[in-house]
Amino acid sequence: MSVITPPGQAPDQQVVADPPAGDSYLRRVANLQSVWILGVLLVIVAAFSIAAGGRFLSTSNFSLISQNIAVWAVLGVGMTFVIVTSGIDLSIGSVLVFSSVIAAKVMAAVGGDGWGVAGLGILAALVAGIAWGLLNGFLVAKAKIPALIVTLGSLSVALGLAQVITGGIDIRAVPGALTDFNTYIKILGIPALPFTALIVVIIGGIVLHKTRFGRYTYAIGSNELGARRVGINVDRHLILIYGLSGTLAGLGAILALAQFGTTTIAGQSLTNLNVIAAVVIGGTSIFGGQGSIFGTVVGLFIPAVLQAGFVIIGVEAFWQGVAVGTVLVAAVYVDQSRRAAALRGASAPNPLLAMLKLKK
Amino acid sequence: MPPLLEARGLSRSFGHVRALDNASFDINAGEVVALIGDNGAGKSTMVKALTGNLPVDSGEVLFDGEQVTITTPHQASEMGMEVVYQDLALAPHLNPVQNMFLGREVSRKGLLGVLGFMDEKTMRARAEAGFRELGGTVRSLTAQVGAMSGGQRQQIAIVRAITWANRIVFLDEPTAALGVVQTKNVLDTIKRVRDKGIAVVLISHSMPHVLEVAERVQVMRLGTRVATLPAKGTTVEQLVGAMTGALDFSNADSKEGAA
Ligand SMILES: Nc1ncnc2c1ncn2[C@@H]1O[C@H](COP(=O)(O)OP(=O)(O)O)[C@@H](O)[C@H]1O
Ligand SMILES: [Mg+2]
Repeated sequence: MSVITPPGQAPDQQVVADPPAGDSYLRRVANLQSVWILGVLLVIVAAFSIAAGGRFLSTSNFSLISQNIAVWAVLGVGMTFVIVTSGIDLSIGSVLVFSSVIAAKVMAAVGGDGWGVAGLGILAALVAGIAWGLLNGFLVAKAKIPALIVTLGSLSVALGLAQVITGGIDIRAVPGALTDFNTYIKILGIPALPFTALIVVIIGGIVLHKTRFGRYTYAIGSNELGARRVGINVDRHLILIYGLSGTLAGLGAILALAQFGTTTIAGQSLTNLNVIAAVVIGGTSIFGGQGSIFGTVVGLFIPAVLQAGFVIIGVEAFWQGVAVGTVLVAAVYVDQSRRAAALRGASAPNPLLAMLKLKK
Repeated sequence: MPPLLEARGLSRSFGHVRALDNASFDINAGEVVALIGDNGAGKSTMVKALTGNLPVDSGEVLFDGEQVTITTPHQASEMGMEVVYQDLALAPHLNPVQNMFLGREVSRKGLLGVLGFMDEKTMRARAEAGFRELGGTVRSLTAQVGAMSGGQRQQIAIVRAITWANRIVFLDEPTAALGVVQTKNVLDTIKRVRDKGIAVVLISHSMPHVLEVAERVQVMRLGTRVATLPAKGTTVEQLVGAMTGALDFSNADSKEGAA
């Protein structure tokens, strides 16, 4: 700690330069919601491991879990960006359905089982997703309609259109190339779907935390007027953010087609809420300005691990909903009280941090 | 030489409230001008109108003697004008360095820079130097600004403004949240900025401070400029008299008569 006294100025112990050792990296990391929720996840994993042993703590079980959250993880990346801007995107499940229907239609029209057809389907799904996302973004940023309303509307319209196009009947004509991709292909020992999701998560994390685009995302969520005053093109940025969320819903559509071999018209009605829950459990503030992709991934693992664990130890899977809802509210409550304490300048009542302090 | 920045007959209403009513303002290069007036006199509105934050109903603005229309704060920034807003306009979730460089991030070299990666090291070093120059009370460059004291936030906003301004800095009540020592720091900073040839517009309710650092004092009342006084030889009583309307300077203020 160095005391700096500019020339011609009375010394004053308040005048302190940056940064004293107390502001350590460890302390900051321990203060992150995503880190303490990771602790919760580890406790859950440990509990199931004790209860079920090798049946739970097996490669195949975790392979299954990661398979189950792959699509949500892709959607979760987009949702994290959206929520960090203090927005919301309720439409992702419907956009996923719409995109998968368009892709399936295109692939069925062309016919065939190879990667050529699949490529066309991927393109179609991405274009459909981007279009919905940009439309959402335009209505939020330019028409100034609240994101909740805009995306509630597109939730309804996208699903409705998907049903109109298909007559409400799922399309099962998915090229073998896609389903094989899911079933047989492993990259670095990781099944193809989770691997794809992992790539999206890593890129998303880098963009959010390391680039100017990510910085502006936080700035807009933190103080939109302030962001405008320094010359950030807030409207364009918001359009891009919702566009990103739509694009990832389009990518999610392809992953879902590969996973299930069919469109899932009736199967995505809770996707948006599950993804939002994961994002929020992971420490991304619903009020904007704060959050991380890492937290979202941890937030996705909690319900998935609970589900797998309950099945293995023979508890009815219905309990998963009870557990996840409880974790959601508890996580946000803890997060809020911690933040309120931080603003009052008090030390955070964070169990993890308290443990670290004890050790010192 | 024409004034660096001049406003002539600006008017702006909010509903029935005439926040600016044929108001004028002028400042020369490298000059410190204080803008004083009672709460609601229109000082903040004047600053916003001059810096692209608020469109006016009528009136004209001249920069370097040429008529300009400034429609965004960004445009004002590019002309070398920076504002410390009364509400500071910092992003509470970002740290001081991120706030200081918001919208002006330093890019990494080469391909990474093209991809949008930022040179955090350089930004941090430059921010550190900026805070040191101001005799910083900002203890951490990595904590969120929202968790800091009012004085620290004030300082971050000021450092941000003086770092980027090269023609004019507007300070809207910069010392309102500050203690004695911090206030003195701000006043010293104003003098240092002036010595660099940068003009300063200071809005403050503290008459002694105003008289200490300003060369001229422009008094606003009910949305209009009612007096322009040299700081030298003017007393606190005279300033207060002009603010409240108890003293009439409209004849003494020849500039106002011409406008
Ligand atoms: N955005 C606004 N909407 C409505 N009224 C406003 C707005 N901004 C300023 N005013 C009004 O204009 C008048 C001048 O305000 P302001 O410029 O903030 O005064 P000062 O900074 O001198 O205290 C006040 O009566 C204020 O209520
Ligand atoms: Mg004001």
